[in-house]
Amino acid sequence: MHETCSGYSWLRALARHALPAALAWAAAGAAVAAPPPFEDSIAQRAMACTACHGPQGRAAPDGYYPRLAGKPAGYLYNQLLNFRDGRRHYGLMTQLIEPLSDAYLMEIATYFSQLEVPYPAPLPAATAPEVLRHGRQLVLEGDAARQLPACVQCHGQAMTGVAPGIPGLLGLPRDYLNAQLGAWKAGQRRAHAPDCMKEVVARLTLEDINAVASWAAAQPLPASTKPASSLPPLPSGASAITCGSATPPASTKAQK
Amino acid sequence: MKKTLKFLLALVVLAVGATALVWALNVRDEVDVKAPVANAAPSDGLIARGAYLARAGNCQTCHTAQGGQAFAGGRGIATPFGTVFTSNLTPDDKTGLGGWSAAHFWRAMHNGRSKDGRLLYPAFPYTSYTQVTREDSDALYAYLRSLPPVAAPNLPHALRFPYQSQAALAVWRALFFSPGVYEPDSARSAEWNRGAYLVKGLGHCAACHTARNALGGSDQGLDLAGGLIPMQNWYAPSLASPYEAGVGDWDKQHIVSLLKNGVSPRASVTGPMAEVVQRSTQYLSDADLGAMAQFLKELPPSHTAPPEPAAIKTQGESVERAAKLYEQHCAQCHGAKGEGIANAYPALAGNRAVTMGQASNLVQIVLNGGYAPATEGNPRPFGMPPFVLVLNDADMGLVLTHIRQSWGNRASEITPLEVNRIRASTGR
Repeated sequence: MHETCSGYSWLRALARHALPAALAWAAAGAAVAAPPPFEDSIAQRAMACTACHGPQGRAAPDGYYPRLAGKPAGYLYNQLLNFRDGRRHYGLMTQLIEPLSDAYLMEIATYFSQLEVPYPAPLPAATAPEVLRHGRQLVLEGDAARQLPACVQCHGQAMTGVAPGIPGLLGLPRDYLNAQLGAWKAGQRRAHAPDCMKEVVARLTLEDINAVASWAAAQPLPASTKPASSLPPLPSGASAITCGSATPPASTKAQK
Repeated sequence: MKKTLKFLLALVVLAVGATALVWALNVRDEVDVKAPVANAAPSDGLIARGAYLARAGNCQTCHTAQGGQAFAGGRGIATPFGTVFTSNLTPDDKTGLGGWSAAHFWRAMHNGRSKDGRLLYPAFPYTSYTQVTREDSDALYAYLRSLPPVAAPNLPHALRFPYQSQAALAVWRALFFSPGVYEPDSARSAEWNRGAYLVKGLGHCAACHTARNALGGSDQGLDLAGGLIPMQNWYAPSLASPYEAGVGDWDKQHIVSLLKNGVSPRASVTGPMAEVVQRSTQYLSDADLGAMAQFLKELPPSHTAPPEPAAIKTQGESVERAAKLYEQHCAQCHGAKGEGIANAYPALAGNRAVTMGQASNLVQIVLNGGYAPATEGNPRPFGMPPFVLVLNDADMGLVLTHIRQSWGNRASEITPLEVNRIRASTGR
């Protein structure tokens, strides 16, 4: 009897505390799951992008759709034009942005560049230590004997890129980096002339590419993930590299 | 023996006769390209007029390769007969129109023949451009001559046998092409006639909106009753049917808005038509768009009876699943009752693009997503995300059937097979 009573009181206690809590949790869950209300904003307009590139452009889990958030605006704008004009190839992407004006593409690029959302922790590298050492060396120092500049010479000492046109190297999956460098080597990815990356990648072997991608993908991000505002000082003996870029749209007139 | 000889002779006579007929049909309304030409420098006004007409004809879109220099040609136009590469229209002496006279250009527009007399492939829509006047052709010519010359050799077409031969082309032309400038209908208003001239001529709307037969000819005249665009699997809806894209009951201003801005209170454009608005019609004057609208409003309606309403499944596991998919993927923008959001996301209830018998476009839009074109009147369009990686054929069929059969919509089911056919054709 007593036990039963205590059983009931347990149930009553449950009803008094746990049930409302559970209901509140369910309600909160529902509130999270419910779509945000419509707003006349650039975020709303970019929902066609985030369907593949992840919420707020944080990247898709599969590694094929890279992060957009926080990348330099000029870089993102260049890529949009590269897809539109056939220097990069992905039909779905090309078709989606084709009807948009330069000014609007720039607005979309700027929107994603200004998003400050946390990066996921890098995955531990399942790569042999000597490969990682080789990758680290190429990224940080290059290889003067092969006229290979260090990646950081352009992509910034912190490897978070340099505004407005040079992307960071961190926070990207190894497969994505491998695929992009490989595409450059195969002529499948190009940039505005002069295509400096083409020159650099041409001197990389597939082993080099794998080493660079494996090492970069395993690096944690620094406290500030923002792109640097200017190029780092040129190391002695290194020569400056000229890279092409799109001219930002002059006006907001919807013209191509 | 004698019989065989007679038969052979008859064959030869027939062949000669047919060839003569085809030849005669191919040189109808020929242009004298040797006639002396006045060499006066074109006025700025003429060049500006030509630039405007080039927009109306959307010349640049086809005559520019992806990422290439404007009007320098080189874009491949995929057809059921192979790929036709567009030519260089810049005034380069060796590779472009440098050596062309205004009469050569007029012959290309009016008769579909190149400078050297060769027959041109009708991927260049001279079946429509033949309606253009000599004055407008000369203005276009003056404009193209004013462009910076680009040295870009024309690429050889990649057409299959027998379509690559001039003889086959001559037969095609004998069957499906007759040259003739637009003749105004004196019983109609000047505005209607201007609209008809633009729609039938430079606008070459019939290239997509009139069905083609197995040989790629539009033998039903210019009915604009809708056609599947070859190779693209987009359906250019009927402009004459109130159940497709007919605008008989629209406010004229809404038609103008659709062509100028890409959006209107009645509909918005996407897919191949977004490109047309973006690159061509948004640049036309309100007067010309009004004239086109007037002509389209007065097209004789092609259907009088609405399509038979489909039998609708209202219960069962698949119906529940479809509703759930809709809620999960679509309702956020298109509304719980398919009501849409004004000026951003189209309503699905009562939307003809949703209920049309030909459902290719619907599948295309959901697979690939898309934006309305960025225009001066709508510079920041909203977009639809692609679902090609999110929904499989079965689920896409379910959710499309759901939107075709809810909120008063009564259209037929979309099967996974239909989705798969379009998915496969887009290579995704």
